[in-house]
Amino acid sequence: MQCISVESAVAMIPDGAILMIGGFMGVGTPERLVDELVRQRKRDLTIIANDNAKPGVGIGKLVSASLVRKTIASHIGLNPDTQQRMIQGSMEVELVPQGTLIERIRAAGFGLGGVLTPTGVGTVVEEGKRKIEVDGREYLLEVALRADFALVQAFLADYEGNLQYALTARNFNPMMAMAADRVIVEAEHIVPVGVIAPDHVATPGPVVDYVVGVA
Amino acid sequence: MDAQTIIAKRIARELREGMLVNLGIGIPTQVANYVPAGMHVFFQSENGLIGTGPVAEEGRIQARLTDAGGRPVTALPGASAFDSAMSFGLIRGGHLDMTVLGGLQIDQHGMLANWMIPGKMVPGMGGAMDLVVGARRVVIAMQHTAKGKSKIVAKCSLPLTSTRPVDLVVTELAVIAFPKGRATLLEIAPGVSVQEVINATEAPLTIPASVPEMVL
Repeated sequence: MQCISVESAVAMIPDGAILMIGGFMGVGTPERLVDELVRQRKRDLTIIANDNAKPGVGIGKLVSASLVRKTIASHIGLNPDTQQRMIQGSMEVELVPQGTLIERIRAAGFGLGGVLTPTGVGTVVEEGKRKIEVDGREYLLEVALRADFALVQAFLADYEGNLQYALTARNFNPMMAMAADRVIVEAEHIVPVGVIAPDHVATPGPVVDYVVGVA
Repeated sequence: MDAQTIIAKRIARELREGMLVNLGIGIPTQVANYVPAGMHVFFQSENGLIGTGPVAEEGRIQARLTDAGGRPVTALPGASAFDSAMSFGLIRGGHLDMTVLGGLQIDQHGMLANWMIPGKMVPGMGGAMDLVVGARRVVIAMQHTAKGKSKIVAKCSLPLTSTRPVDLVVTELAVIAFPKGRATLLEIAPGVSVQEVINATEAPLTIPASVPEMVL
């Protein structure tokens, strides 16, 4: 794990990258990394996230700056900008049930090809997917979802990259930290090793590549 | 009493001691205002919280403690916080006693459509599909009609949320359940006649010999 500046962290991300970004309506989203993506104008991004927040907040900033080619999310209802771009055809939106989205991310991070879920059976969500029967119940095969980079927000990061999250800012962050080739963490506080007790570490340091602090 | 209050108060009577309950956005959220005195119920917010308390007052707002609608909330004694995989494990895994959701349409067999209007409103399903599939009991809180048209229909014209039928629908006019797959009128709101409910309902309704008034 390396502690680096926000500028150099974002400089590693090429145009066209597939990014996972933590957060739920902007809560638990690494805002400084998002702001820097906007400043460096990284384009044609694919954003995997629970939602698109709202204009001016979190992922909403990337949408409004026209940096997003495609988003894979469970909910875009509070971002009229995303909805408008989807209807106009300038932005692709793949809607995934929230429980399925987190499981597809978890599957990728945990070395699984996918998961079997009853969610979506008999609805438009099943279109194009394999159905598998287990003990008389039908499930959809939902395949693993990986990214080039995970942009993760944590409450505490220690010098080894161990992470602790806070309250509802945790959401998608711990699973995303497992499911990308490179993991960049924006921590509210960077603390000496030992401040986070081993039992309180939610993401173990070895999966974290870079930590940026909030000055 | 306005329509939303009737619905929220009636649904609150479905709560039982110790239940784990998920409330959707809109009318369902108001159910929390009418928990019977002395009853302890756990409310889950699917963004990762059990023990969700009332909306935070000025001075107690904490940016990292929000409900699924993004509003700052409080957490009650005994609260727990967790990630989204755990949150939906609780939902799909049969650990959630009851979910209360809004609805756009319900068909005569109890099938729910509540996540999109093609070409008009495509907010995404969020957690709704998982909640309907996984909760032990699915209760729908909605107004009986929209723009003069019944929301309880013979067949949903909107995309379904799930093929699992809901258990109970509560509107400002009536309480409807689906025994043997048929929409059945269980209760009427104070001051509403059975005929008024039938007139406001597109789906064929089974009417039992006695239809009591809602206790609010």
